[in-house]
Amino acid sequence: MPDRPDPSSLRLHDLAHARAGDKGDRLNISLFPYDPADWDLLARQVTEARMMEHFAMRQPERVTRFDLPALGGFNFVLERALGGGVNSSLYLDAHGKCLSFHLLSLPITRAEPADAC
Amino acid sequence: MTAERVYIGCGAGFAGDRPDGGRAVVEDLARKSGPRFMIYETLAERTLAQAQLRRMNGGPGYLPRLDAFLRPVLETCLKSGIRIVSNFGAADPEGACRRIAALCAEMGLPQPRMVYVLGDDVMTGAARAAIDTARRETGDLVAANAYIGAASVVEALDMGAEIVVTGRVADPSLALGPLVHSFGWGWQDWDLLAAGTLCGHMLECGAQVSGGYFADPGLKDVPDLAHLGFPLAEVAEDGSFVITKPSGTGGCVTLQTVREQVLYEIDDPARYLTPDVVLDLTAVHLSEAGPDRVQVSGARGWPRPDTLRAMACHRGGWLGEAEISYAGPNALPRGRLAAGVLETRLRDLGYARTRVDLIGVNAIADQALPQQALQLPEVRLRLAVAADSAQLAQTALDEVESLYLCGPAGGGGVRRSLVERLTSEPVLIERDLVRTWAIPYPEVANA
Repeated sequence: MPDRPDPSSLRLHDLAHARAGDKGDRLNISLFPYDPADWDLLARQVTEARMMEHFAMRQPERVTRFDLPALGGFNFVLERALGGGVNSSLYLDAHGKCLSFHLLSLPITRAEPADAC
Repeated sequence: MTAERVYIGCGAGFAGDRPDGGRAVVEDLARKSGPRFMIYETLAERTLAQAQLRRMNGGPGYLPRLDAFLRPVLETCLKSGIRIVSNFGAADPEGACRRIAALCAEMGLPQPRMVYVLGDDVMTGAARAAIDTARRETGDLVAANAYIGAASVVEALDMGAEIVVTGRVADPSLALGPLVHSFGWGWQDWDLLAAGTLCGHMLECGAQVSGGYFADPGLKDVPDLAHLGFPLAEVAEDGSFVITKPSGTGGCVTLQTVREQVLYEIDDPARYLTPDVVLDLTAVHLSEAGPDRVQVSGARGWPRPDTLRAMACHRGGWLGEAEISYAGPNALPRGRLAAGVLETRLRDLGYARTRVDLIGVNAIADQALPQQALQLPEVRLRLAVAADSAQLAQTALDEVESLYLCGPAGGGGVRRSLVERLTSEPVLIERDLVRTWAIPYPEVANA
Protein backbone atom coordinates (compact mmCIF):
# COMPACT_ATOMS: atom_id res chain seq x y z
CA MET A 1 0.00 0.00 0.00
CA PRO A 2 1.33 3.47 -0.81
CA ASP A 3 3.11 5.38 1.95
CA ARG A 4 1.21 8.39 3.15
CA PRO A 5 2.76 11.18 5.14
CA ASP A 6 0.38 11.16 8.07
CA PRO A 7 -0.69 7.71 9.27
CA SER A 8 -3.38 9.24 11.48
CA SER A 9 -5.07 10.78 8.43
CA LEU A 10 -6.12 8.23 5.86
CA ARG A 11 -8.81 7.68 3.29
CA LEU A 12 -10.91 4.56 3.31
CA HIS A 13 -9.25 3.71 -0.03
CA ASP A 14 -5.99 3.10 1.84
CA LEU A 15 -7.62 0.44 4.03
CA ALA A 16 -10.49 -1.13 2.19
CA HIS A 17 -12.06 -2.14 -1.12
CA ALA A 18 -15.66 -1.74 -2.20
CA ARG A 19 -18.17 -2.66 -4.92
CA ALA A 20 -21.40 -0.91 -5.91
CA GLY A 21 -24.59 -2.49 -7.22
CA ASP A 22 -28.09 -1.20 -7.96
CA LYS A 23 -31.69 -2.41 -7.81
CA GLY A 24 -34.04 0.23 -9.10
CA ASP A 25 -33.46 3.41 -7.10
CA ARG A 26 -31.57 1.55 -4.36
CA LEU A 27 -27.78 1.56 -4.23
CA ASN A 28 -25.76 -0.98 -2.30
CA ILE A 29 -22.05 -0.74 -1.63
CA SER A 30 -20.06 -3.53 -0.03
CA LEU A 31 -16.97 -2.58 1.95
CA PHE A 32 -14.13 -4.88 3.03
CA PRO A 33 -10.96 -3.97 4.93
CA TYR A 34 -7.82 -5.46 3.37
CA ASP A 35 -6.60 -6.31 6.87
CA PRO A 36 -9.22 -8.12 8.98
CA ALA A 37 -7.77 -6.32 12.00
CA ASP A 38 -9.25 -3.08 10.62
CA TRP A 39 -12.83 -4.38 10.74
CA ASP A 40 -13.46 -2.75 14.16
CA LEU A 41 -11.94 0.54 13.03
CA LEU A 42 -14.31 0.67 10.05
CA ALA A 43 -17.24 -0.45 12.20
CA ARG A 44 -16.62 2.52 14.50
CA GLN A 45 -16.00 5.14 11.83
CA VAL A 46 -18.10 4.21 8.79
CA THR A 47 -21.45 4.62 10.48
CA GLU A 48 -24.88 5.04 8.93
CA ALA A 49 -24.94 8.68 10.07
CA ARG A 50 -21.57 9.34 8.47
CA MET A 51 -22.71 7.70 5.25
CA MET A 52 -25.82 9.90 5.15
CA GLU A 53 -23.50 12.89 5.42
CA HIS A 54 -20.92 11.61 2.89
CA PHE A 55 -23.67 10.89 0.34
CA ALA A 56 -25.74 13.97 1.20
CA MET A 57 -25.55 15.21 -2.42
CA ARG A 58 -27.65 12.17 -3.41
CA GLN A 59 -30.14 12.82 -0.61
CA PRO A 60 -30.71 9.15 0.27
CA GLU A 61 -33.92 8.52 2.12
CA ARG A 62 -32.11 6.15 4.48
CA VAL A 63 -28.81 4.32 4.87
CA THR A 64 -28.72 0.86 6.44
CA ARG A 65 -25.50 -0.91 7.36
CA PHE A 66 -25.41 -4.70 7.56
CA ASP A 67 -22.39 -6.15 9.36
CA LEU A 68 -20.93 -9.37 7.96
CA PRO A 69 -18.08 -10.44 10.23
CA ALA A 70 -17.95 -13.95 8.74
CA LEU A 71 -17.37 -12.49 5.29
CA GLY A 72 -15.10 -9.77 6.68
CA GLY A 73 -17.07 -6.78 5.52
CA PHE A 74 -20.15 -4.59 5.53
CA ASN A 75 -23.07 -3.97 3.21
CA PHE A 76 -24.45 -0.43 2.94
CA VAL A 77 -27.87 0.04 1.42
CA LEU A 78 -28.80 3.57 0.34
CA GLU A 79 -32.50 3.99 -0.40
CA ARG A 80 -33.49 6.41 -3.17
CA ALA A 81 -29.93 7.46 -3.87
CA LEU A 82 -29.89 7.03 -7.65
CA GLY A 83 -32.16 9.82 -8.86
CA GLY A 84 -34.78 7.25 -9.85
CA GLY A 85 -32.30 4.62 -11.04
CA VAL A 86 -31.72 3.60 -14.64
CA ASN A 87 -35.42 4.21 -15.31
CA SER A 88 -35.49 7.93 -14.90
CA SER A 89 -32.15 9.20 -13.63
CA LEU A 90 -30.46 12.11 -15.39
CA TYR A 91 -27.12 11.20 -13.86
CA LEU A 92 -24.25 10.27 -16.15
CA ASP A 93 -23.75 7.11 -14.07
CA ALA A 94 -27.37 6.08 -13.65
CA HIS A 95 -26.44 2.77 -11.98
CA GLY A 96 -24.21 4.44 -9.40
CA LYS A 97 -21.38 2.08 -10.28
CA CYS A 98 -18.75 4.77 -9.70
CA LEU A 99 -20.02 5.56 -6.23
CA SER A 100 -18.08 2.77 -4.47
CA PHE A 101 -15.06 5.00 -5.02
CA HIS A 102 -16.87 8.01 -3.62
CA LEU A 103 -17.29 5.94 -0.46
CA LEU A 104 -13.56 5.14 -0.56
CA SER A 105 -12.74 8.86 -0.47
CA LEU A 106 -14.07 9.02 3.11
CA PRO A 107 -11.41 10.23 5.60
CA ILE A 108 -10.47 7.75 8.31
CA THR A 109 -8.45 8.45 11.43
CA ARG A 110 -6.09 5.72 12.51
CA ALA A 111 -5.11 7.25 15.85
CA GLU A 112 -8.41 7.48 17.64
CA PRO A 113 -8.82 9.30 20.91
CA ALA A 114 -8.61 6.79 23.74
CA ASP A 115 -11.98 5.83 25.18
CA ALA A 116 -10.53 5.47 28.62
CA CYS A 117 -7.08 5.30 30.10
CA MET B 1 -27.87 -42.40 -8.96
CA THR B 2 -26.52 -38.90 -8.62
CA ALA B 3 -23.38 -37.16 -9.75
CA GLU B 4 -20.32 -36.63 -7.54
CA ARG B 5 -19.43 -33.27 -8.90
CA VAL B 6 -21.21 -30.92 -11.27
CA TYR B 7 -19.44 -28.27 -13.34
CA ILE B 8 -21.14 -25.04 -14.33
CA GLY B 9 -19.46 -22.38 -16.44
CA CYS B 10 -20.73 -18.93 -17.30
CA GLY B 11 -20.42 -17.42 -20.77
CA ALA B 12 -22.22 -14.11 -20.30
CA GLY B 13 -23.20 -11.88 -17.38
CA PHE B 14 -25.26 -9.45 -19.45
CA ALA B 15 -26.40 -8.91 -23.01
CA GLY B 16 -23.44 -6.64 -23.74
CA ASP B 17 -20.80 -9.05 -22.45
CA ARG B 18 -17.73 -10.23 -24.37
CA PRO B 19 -19.07 -12.77 -26.84
CA ASP B 20 -15.84 -14.81 -26.81
CA GLY B 21 -15.65 -15.12 -23.01
CA GLY B 22 -17.32 -18.52 -22.95
CA ARG B 23 -14.93 -20.20 -25.34
CA ALA B 24 -12.09 -20.92 -22.86
CA VAL B 25 -14.61 -22.09 -20.26
CA VAL B 26 -16.16 -24.54 -22.70
CA GLU B 27 -12.73 -25.83 -23.75
CA ASP B 28 -11.91 -26.41 -20.08
CA LEU B 29 -15.24 -28.18 -19.49
CA ALA B 30 -14.69 -30.37 -22.55
CA ARG B 31 -11.60 -31.86 -20.87
CA LYS B 32 -13.63 -32.82 -17.79
CA SER B 33 -16.19 -35.55 -17.33
CA GLY B 34 -19.48 -35.73 -15.48
CA PRO B 35 -22.44 -33.36 -15.72
CA ARG B 36 -21.33 -30.07 -17.27
CA PHE B 37 -23.35 -26.96 -18.06
CA MET B 38 -22.86 -23.50 -19.50
CA ILE B 39 -25.13 -20.67 -18.43
CA TYR B 40 -25.60 -17.37 -20.24
CA GLU B 41 -27.36 -14.60 -18.29
CA THR B 42 -28.46 -11.89 -20.68
CA LEU B 43 -31.54 -10.19 -19.20
CA ALA B 44 -31.21 -7.03 -17.12
CA GLU B 45 -34.32 -5.34 -15.70
CA ARG B 46 -35.42 -3.66 -18.90
CA THR B 47 -33.75 -5.89 -21.51
CA LEU B 48 -36.87 -7.98 -21.88
CA ALA B 49 -39.11 -4.97 -22.51
CA GLN B 50 -36.59 -3.74 -25.09
CA ALA B 51 -36.81 -7.16 -26.73
CA GLN B 52 -40.60 -6.93 -26.74
CA LEU B 53 -40.47 -3.52 -28.46
CA ARG B 54 -37.98 -4.87 -30.98
CA ARG B 55 -40.28 -7.81 -31.69
CA MET B 56 -43.28 -5.50 -32.16
CA ASN B 57 -41.17 -3.59 -34.73
CA GLY B 58 -40.44 -6.77 -36.69
CA GLY B 59 -37.02 -7.54 -35.17
CA PRO B 60 -36.01 -10.56 -33.10
CA GLY B 61 -37.60 -10.94 -29.68
CA TYR B 62 -34.63 -13.00 -28.49
CA LEU B 63 -31.09 -11.83 -27.75
CA PRO B 64 -29.90 -10.10 -30.96
CA ARG B 65 -26.30 -11.26 -30.37
CA LEU B 66 -27.35 -14.90 -29.97
CA ASP B 67 -25.09 -16.01 -32.84
CA ALA B 68 -22.11 -14.10 -31.47
CA PHE B 69 -22.37 -15.87 -28.12
CA LEU B 70 -23.12 -19.36 -29.44
CA ARG B 71 -20.97 -19.64 -32.55
CA PRO B 72 -17.65 -19.93 -30.60
CA VAL B 73 -18.95 -22.72 -28.32
CA LEU B 74 -21.78 -24.57 -30.00
CA GLU B 75 -19.83 -27.33 -31.69
CA THR B 76 -17.72 -28.18 -28.62
CA CYS B 77 -20.76 -28.08 -26.32
CA LEU B 78 -22.78 -30.45 -28.49
CA LYS B 79 -19.89 -32.85 -29.11
CA SER B 80 -18.76 -32.94 -25.47
CA GLY B 81 -22.15 -33.16 -23.81
CA ILE B 82 -21.97 -29.68 -22.26
CA ARG B 83 -25.56 -28.52 -21.88
CA ILE B 84 -26.47 -24.86 -22.31
CA VAL B 85 -28.99 -23.08 -20.09
CA SER B 86 -29.82 -19.46 -20.84
CA ASN B 87 -32.46 -16.76 -20.63
CA PHE B 88 -31.42 -15.49 -24.08
CA GLY B 89 -34.89 -16.39 -25.31
CA ALA B 90 -36.00 -13.03 -23.83
CA ALA B 91 -39.39 -12.16 -25.36
CA ASP B 92 -39.33 -15.08 -27.83
CA PRO B 93 -37.77 -18.32 -26.52
CA GLU B 94 -39.23 -20.35 -29.39
CA GLY B 95 -37.76 -17.87 -31.88
CA ALA B 96 -34.36 -18.33 -30.24
CA CYS B 97 -34.67 -22.11 -30.72
CA ARG B 98 -35.54 -21.55 -34.38
CA ARG B 99 -32.46 -19.36 -34.78
CA ILE B 100 -30.22 -21.91 -33.01
CA ALA B 101 -31.56 -24.66 -35.27
CA ALA B 102 -30.64 -22.52 -38.29
CA LEU B 103 -27.21 -21.76 -36.83
CA CYS B 104 -26.53 -25.46 -36.31
CA ALA B 105 -27.51 -26.11 -39.91
CA GLU B 106 -25.18 -23.34 -41.12
CA MET B 107 -22.34 -24.81 -39.04
CA GLY B 108 -22.98 -28.34 -40.30
CA LEU B 109 -23.94 -29.59 -36.82
CA PRO B 110 -26.69 -32.08 -36.04
CA GLN B 111 -29.91 -30.59 -34.66
CA PRO B 112 -29.67 -30.39 -30.86
CA ARG B 113 -32.45 -31.39 -28.48
CA MET B 114 -33.87 -28.07 -27.33
CA VAL B 115 -36.55 -27.26 -24.79
CA TYR B 116 -37.91 -23.78 -24.25
CA VAL B 117 -39.70 -22.43 -21.21
CA LEU B 118 -42.83 -20.31 -21.32
CA GLY B 119 -45.00 -18.80 -18.63
CA ASP B 120 -42.95 -15.86 -17.38
CA ASP B 121 -44.91 -13.52 -19.67
CA VAL B 122 -47.80 -12.27 -17.53
CA MET B 123 -49.36 -9.80 -19.99
CA THR B 124 -52.51 -11.93 -20.13
CA GLY B 125 -54.76 -13.97 -17.88
CA ALA B 126 -55.24 -13.91 -14.13
CA ALA B 127 -51.67 -12.85 -13.52
CA ARG B 128 -52.22 -9.75 -15.68
CA ALA B 129 -55.14 -8.68 -13.54
CA ALA B 130 -52.91 -9.03 -10.48
CA ILE B 131 -50.20 -6.97 -12.18
CA ASP B 132 -52.67 -4.22 -13.00
CA THR B 133 -53.86 -4.15 -9.40
CA ALA B 134 -50.36 -4.07 -7.98
CA ARG B 135 -48.95 -1.37 -10.27
CA ARG B 136 -48.66 2.21 -9.11
CA GLU B 137 -47.51 3.56 -12.48
CA THR B 138 -50.12 4.26 -15.11
CA GLY B 139 -48.29 4.15 -18.47
CA ASP B 140 -49.30 1.55 -21.06
CA LEU B 141 -47.51 -1.73 -20.43
CA VAL B 142 -44.93 -2.86 -22.97
CA ALA B 143 -44.01 -6.04 -21.12
CA ALA B 144 -44.69 -7.75 -17.82
CA ASN B 145 -42.70 -10.81 -16.83
CA ALA B 146 -42.52 -12.80 -13.63
CA TYR B 147 -39.19 -14.02 -12.33
CA ILE B 148 -39.86 -17.73 -12.40
CA GLY B 149 -37.67 -20.23 -10.58
CA ALA B 150 -35.55 -23.25 -11.38
CA ALA B 151 -38.38 -25.81 -11.61
CA SER B 152 -39.02 -25.43 -15.34
CA VAL B 153 -35.28 -25.47 -16.06
CA VAL B 154 -35.13 -28.80 -14.21
CA GLU B 155 -38.14 -30.04 -16.17
CA ALA B 156 -36.43 -29.11 -19.44
CA LEU B 157 -33.21 -30.87 -18.44
CA ASP B 158 -35.16 -33.92 -17.27
CA MET B 159 -36.65 -34.02 -20.79
CA GLY B 160 -33.10 -34.43 -22.11
CA ALA B 161 -32.53 -30.93 -23.42
CA GLU B 162 -29.04 -30.15 -24.65
CA ILE B 163 -30.05 -26.49 -24.83
CA VAL B 164 -32.61 -24.91 -22.49
CA VAL B 165 -33.96 -21.56 -23.65
CA THR B 166 -35.93 -19.37 -21.26
CA GLY B 167 -37.27 -15.87 -21.00
CA ARG B 168 -37.38 -14.26 -17.58
CA VAL B 169 -36.02 -16.67 -15.00
CA ALA B 170 -34.42 -15.48 -11.77
CA ASP B 171 -30.72 -15.20 -12.62
CA PRO B 172 -29.39 -17.68 -10.03
CA SER B 173 -32.04 -20.23 -11.05
CA LEU B 174 -30.12 -20.74 -14.30
CA ALA B 175 -27.45 -22.52 -12.22
CA LEU B 176 -29.73 -23.94 -9.53
CA GLY B 177 -31.73 -25.80 -12.20
CA PRO B 178 -28.77 -27.90 -13.42
CA LEU B 179 -27.79 -28.66 -9.81
CA VAL B 180 -31.26 -29.83 -8.78
CA HIS B 181 -31.44 -31.88 -11.98
CA SER B 182 -28.04 -33.50 -11.43
CA PHE B 183 -28.11 -34.06 -7.66
CA GLY B 184 -31.81 -34.73 -7.25
CA TRP B 185 -32.12 -32.15 -4.45
CA GLY B 186 -35.62 -31.80 -3.04
CA TRP B 187 -37.67 -28.63 -3.40
CA GLN B 188 -37.73 -28.25 0.38
CA ASP B 189 -34.02 -28.90 0.99
CA TRP B 190 -33.71 -25.22 1.75
CA ASP B 191 -30.01 -25.19 2.65
CA LEU B 192 -29.10 -27.05 -0.56
CA LEU B 193 -31.33 -24.79 -2.64
CA ALA B 194 -29.64 -21.84 -0.93
CA ALA B 195 -26.19 -23.24 -1.76
CA GLY B 196 -27.15 -23.71 -5.40
CA THR B 197 -28.65 -20.24 -5.50
CA LEU B 198 -25.44 -18.79 -4.07
CA CYS B 199 -23.51 -20.65 -6.76
CA GLY B 200 -25.76 -19.08 -9.39
CA HIS B 201 -25.35 -15.67 -7.77
CA MET B 202 -21.56 -16.06 -8.02
CA LEU B 203 -21.70 -17.01 -11.70
CA GLU B 204 -24.52 -14.88 -13.07
CA CYS B 205 -22.43 -11.74 -13.57
CA GLY B 206 -19.73 -13.54 -15.54
CA ALA B 207 -16.23 -12.20 -15.00
CA GLN B 208 -17.26 -9.96 -12.10
CA VAL B 209 -16.25 -12.85 -9.83
CA SER B 210 -12.99 -13.56 -11.67
CA GLY B 211 -11.31 -10.19 -11.86
CA GLY B 212 -13.76 -7.94 -13.74
CA TYR B 213 -15.18 -4.78 -12.11
CA PHE B 214 -12.35 -5.11 -9.59
CA ALA B 215 -8.96 -3.78 -10.72
CA ASP B 216 -7.56 -0.73 -8.92
CA PRO B 217 -3.92 -0.32 -10.03
CA GLY B 218 -1.41 -0.58 -7.20
CA LEU B 219 -4.00 -1.90 -4.74
CA LYS B 220 -5.98 -4.55 -6.56
CA ASP B 221 -4.02 -5.52 -9.66
CA VAL B 222 -5.58 -7.98 -12.10
CA PRO B 223 -3.51 -9.75 -14.74
CA ASP B 224 -4.50 -9.45 -18.40
CA LEU B 225 -7.94 -7.82 -18.25
CA ALA B 226 -7.97 -7.96 -22.04
CA HIS B 227 -8.31 -11.75 -21.86
CA LEU B 228 -10.35 -12.19 -18.67
CA GLY B 229 -11.19 -15.77 -17.83
CA PHE B 230 -14.91 -16.26 -17.31
CA PRO B 231 -15.84 -18.25 -14.21
CA LEU B 232 -16.46 -21.89 -13.57
CA ALA B 233 -17.97 -23.57 -10.49
CA GLU B 234 -17.18 -27.10 -9.34
CA VAL B 235 -20.10 -28.08 -7.14
CA ALA B 236 -20.24 -30.94 -4.64
CA GLU B 237 -23.41 -32.76 -3.69
CA ASP B 238 -23.54 -31.02 -0.29
CA GLY B 239 -23.81 -27.70 -2.13
CA SER B 240 -20.31 -26.42 -1.36
CA PHE B 241 -18.43 -25.31 -4.42
CA VAL B 242 -15.17 -23.94 -5.77
CA ILE B 243 -15.13 -20.88 -8.00
CA THR B 244 -12.29 -20.95 -10.49
CA LYS B 245 -11.49 -20.01 -14.09
CA PRO B 246 -9.82 -21.74 -17.05
CA SER B 247 -6.03 -21.91 -16.95
CA GLY B 248 -4.23 -19.71 -19.44
CA THR B 249 -6.76 -16.90 -19.17
CA GLY B 250 -6.45 -13.45 -17.61
CA GLY B 251 -8.16 -12.27 -14.49
CA CYS B 252 -7.98 -13.81 -11.03
CA VAL B 253 -10.20 -15.58 -8.53
CA THR B 254 -9.30 -14.50 -5.00
CA LEU B 255 -11.01 -14.11 -1.64
CA GLN B 256 -11.39 -10.42 -2.52
CA THR B 257 -12.97 -10.88 -5.95
CA VAL B 258 -15.37 -13.47 -4.57
CA ARG B 259 -16.46 -11.61 -1.46
CA GLU B 260 -17.17 -8.45 -3.47
CA GLN B 261 -19.47 -10.52 -5.68
CA VAL B 262 -21.19 -12.23 -2.73
CA LEU B 263 -22.70 -8.87 -1.77
CA TYR B 264 -23.24 -7.54 -5.30
CA GLU B 265 -26.75 -6.08 -5.68
CA ILE B 266 -27.70 -7.41 -2.25
CA ASP B 267 -30.10 -5.64 0.07
CA ASP B 268 -30.50 -7.49 3.40
CA PRO B 269 -27.80 -10.21 3.33
CA ALA B 270 -29.87 -12.41 5.64
CA ARG B 271 -32.84 -12.40 3.27
CA TYR B 272 -32.01 -12.54 -0.41
CA LEU B 273 -35.36 -13.40 -1.97
CA THR B 274 -35.52 -15.68 -4.98
CA PRO B 275 -38.43 -17.72 -6.40
CA ASP B 276 -36.75 -20.92 -5.16
CA VAL B 277 -35.55 -20.08 -1.65
CA VAL B 278 -34.75 -17.23 0.71
CA LEU B 279 -30.95 -17.15 0.84
CA ASP B 280 -29.09 -16.15 4.01
CA LEU B 281 -25.53 -15.02 3.26
CA THR B 282 -24.50 -14.10 6.79
CA ALA B 283 -22.61 -17.34 7.50
CA VAL B 284 -21.02 -17.72 4.07
CA HIS B 285 -17.43 -18.86 4.45
CA LEU B 286 -14.69 -18.42 1.85
CA SER B 287 -11.32 -20.14 1.82
CA GLU B 288 -8.43 -20.35 -0.61
CA ALA B 289 -8.22 -23.71 -2.35
CA GLY B 290 -5.20 -23.15 -4.60
CA PRO B 291 -4.27 -20.58 -7.25
CA ASP B 292 -7.42 -18.96 -8.69
CA ARG B 293 -9.58 -21.29 -6.62
CA VAL B 294 -11.90 -20.17 -3.83
CA GLN B 295 -14.04 -22.58 -1.84
CA VAL B 296 -17.50 -21.26 -0.90
CA SER B 297 -19.73 -22.79 1.77
CA GLY B 298 -22.13 -21.83 4.54
CA ALA B 299 -25.19 -20.68 2.59
CA ARG B 300 -28.39 -21.13 4.58
CA GLY B 301 -31.90 -21.28 3.22
CA TRP B 302 -35.44 -20.53 4.33
CA PRO B 303 -38.74 -21.43 2.68
CA ARG B 304 -39.37 -19.63 -0.59
CA PRO B 305 -41.73 -16.63 -0.69
CA ASP B 306 -45.41 -17.16 -1.56
CA THR B 307 -45.18 -14.32 -4.05
CA LEU B 308 -43.19 -13.93 -7.22
CA ARG B 309 -41.51 -10.72 -8.27
CA ALA B 310 -42.58 -9.47 -11.65
CA MET B 311 -41.22 -6.60 -13.71
CA ALA B 312 -43.79 -4.38 -15.37
CA CYS B 313 -42.40 -2.06 -18.06
CA HIS B 314 -43.97 0.88 -19.79
CA ARG B 315 -42.73 3.58 -22.13
CA GLY B 316 -40.97 6.26 -20.10
CA GLY B 317 -40.51 9.20 -22.46
CA TRP B 318 -37.22 10.30 -23.98
CA LEU B 319 -33.73 10.87 -22.63
CA GLY B 320 -31.50 13.28 -24.53
CA GLU B 321 -27.82 13.86 -23.82
CA ALA B 322 -25.40 16.32 -25.40
CA GLU B 323 -21.80 17.24 -24.64
CA ILE B 324 -19.27 19.95 -25.52
CA SER B 325 -15.64 20.42 -24.44
CA TYR B 326 -13.46 23.33 -23.30
CA ALA B 327 -9.68 23.09 -22.91
CA GLY B 328 -6.55 25.00 -21.95
CA PRO B 329 -6.23 28.12 -19.78
CA ASN B 330 -9.49 29.02 -18.05
CA ALA B 331 -11.21 25.83 -19.22
CA LEU B 332 -13.24 25.47 -16.03
CA PRO B 333 -14.63 29.04 -15.97
CA ARG B 334 -15.64 28.72 -19.62
CA GLY B 335 -17.34 25.39 -18.92
CA ARG B 336 -19.12 26.93 -15.96
CA LEU B 337 -20.20 29.91 -18.10
CA ALA B 338 -21.60 27.53 -20.74
CA ALA B 339 -23.49 25.63 -18.06
CA GLY B 340 -25.10 28.85 -16.83
CA VAL B 341 -26.07 29.88 -20.36
CA LEU B 342 -27.71 26.51 -21.00
CA GLU B 343 -29.61 26.55 -17.73
CA THR B 344 -31.01 30.01 -18.57
CA ARG B 345 -31.97 29.04 -22.12
CA LEU B 346 -33.66 25.80 -21.07
CA ARG B 347 -35.52 27.47 -18.21
CA ASP B 348 -36.80 30.14 -20.62
CA LEU B 349 -37.95 27.38 -22.97
CA GLY B 350 -39.87 25.72 -20.14
CA TYR B 351 -37.86 22.54 -19.56
CA ALA B 352 -38.41 21.10 -16.10
CA ARG B 353 -36.20 18.02 -16.08
CA THR B 354 -32.65 18.91 -17.05
CA ARG B 355 -29.24 18.37 -15.57
CA VAL B 356 -25.92 19.97 -16.48
CA ASP B 357 -22.61 18.44 -15.34
CA LEU B 358 -18.98 19.14 -16.02
CA ILE B 359 -17.46 15.73 -16.66
CA GLY B 360 -14.18 15.37 -14.78
CA VAL B 361 -15.37 17.86 -12.17
CA ASN B 362 -18.77 16.96 -10.72
CA ALA B 363 -20.63 14.53 -12.97
CA ILE B 364 -20.35 11.49 -10.72
CA ALA B 365 -20.12 12.52 -7.09
CA ASP B 366 -22.43 15.45 -7.79
CA GLN B 367 -20.69 18.05 -5.65
CA ALA B 368 -21.27 21.76 -6.27
CA LEU B 369 -19.13 23.22 -9.07
CA PRO B 370 -15.92 24.65 -7.61
CA GLN B 371 -15.90 28.44 -7.81
CA GLN B 372 -12.12 28.81 -7.51
CA ALA B 373 -9.93 28.82 -10.61
CA LEU B 374 -8.90 25.17 -10.69
CA GLN B 375 -6.38 24.66 -13.48
CA LEU B 376 -7.94 21.74 -15.31
CA PRO B 377 -6.48 20.86 -18.72
CA GLU B 378 -9.97 20.31 -20.08
CA VAL B 379 -13.59 19.99 -19.04
CA ARG B 380 -16.56 18.46 -20.84
CA LEU B 381 -20.03 19.84 -20.33
CA ARG B 382 -22.88 17.36 -20.39
CA LEU B 383 -26.57 18.16 -20.65
CA ALA B 384 -29.18 15.52 -19.84
CA VAL B 385 -32.85 16.19 -20.50
CA ALA B 386 -35.99 14.13 -19.98
CA ALA B 387 -38.97 14.95 -22.19
CA ASP B 388 -42.27 13.43 -23.24
CA SER B 389 -41.46 13.55 -26.94
CA ALA B 390 -38.38 13.05 -29.07
CA GLN B 391 -38.92 16.49 -30.63
CA LEU B 392 -38.89 18.28 -27.28
CA ALA B 393 -35.75 16.47 -26.16
CA GLN B 394 -34.06 17.22 -29.49
CA THR B 395 -34.80 20.93 -29.21
CA ALA B 396 -33.00 20.99 -25.87
CA LEU B 397 -30.02 19.13 -27.32
CA ASP B 398 -29.85 21.66 -30.15
CA GLU B 399 -29.13 24.30 -27.49
CA VAL B 400 -25.79 22.55 -26.84
CA GLU B 401 -24.90 22.59 -30.52
CA SER B 402 -25.67 26.30 -30.79
CA LEU B 403 -23.03 26.93 -28.14
CA TYR B 404 -20.53 26.54 -31.00
CA LEU B 405 -21.45 30.03 -32.20
CA CYS B 406 -23.22 31.56 -29.24
CA GLY B 407 -21.34 30.13 -26.24
CA PRO B 408 -17.98 30.78 -24.60
CA ALA B 409 -14.71 30.75 -26.59
CA GLY B 410 -13.18 27.53 -27.78
CA GLY B 411 -16.11 25.11 -27.40
CA GLY B 412 -15.70 21.94 -29.49
CA GLY B 413 -16.59 18.31 -29.97
CA VAL B 414 -20.39 18.40 -29.67
CA ARG B 415 -22.04 14.97 -29.60
CA ARG B 416 -25.74 14.33 -29.10
CA SER B 417 -27.79 11.22 -28.43
CA LEU B 418 -31.48 10.57 -27.99
CA VAL B 419 -33.09 7.36 -26.73
CA GLU B 420 -36.59 6.29 -25.83
CA ARG B 421 -36.81 5.13 -22.26
CA LEU B 422 -38.55 2.17 -20.73
CA THR B 423 -39.59 2.40 -17.13
CA SER B 424 -39.59 -0.78 -15.08
CA GLU B 425 -41.65 -1.24 -11.98
CA PRO B 426 -41.24 -4.30 -9.74
CA VAL B 427 -44.48 -5.77 -8.38
CA LEU B 428 -45.30 -8.86 -6.34
CA ILE B 429 -47.97 -11.34 -7.43
CA GLU B 430 -49.24 -14.60 -6.00
CA ARG B 431 -47.10 -17.52 -7.13
CA ASP B 432 -50.15 -19.64 -7.97
CA LEU B 433 -51.15 -17.19 -10.72
CA VAL B 434 -48.07 -18.03 -12.76
CA ARG B 435 -48.03 -21.33 -14.65
CA THR B 436 -44.95 -22.42 -16.59
CA TRP B 437 -44.35 -24.89 -19.41
CA ALA B 438 -41.27 -26.66 -20.75
CA ILE B 439 -41.84 -27.33 -24.44
CA PRO B 440 -39.62 -29.37 -26.78
CA TYR B 441 -38.48 -27.71 -30.00
CA PRO B 442 -39.69 -28.51 -32.52
CA GLU B 443 -42.89 -29.60 -30.86
CA VAL B 444 -43.36 -33.32 -31.41
CA ALA B 445 -46.47 -33.90 -33.52
CA ASN B 446 -46.88 -37.54 -32.50
CA ALA B 447 -44.77 -39.34 -30.00
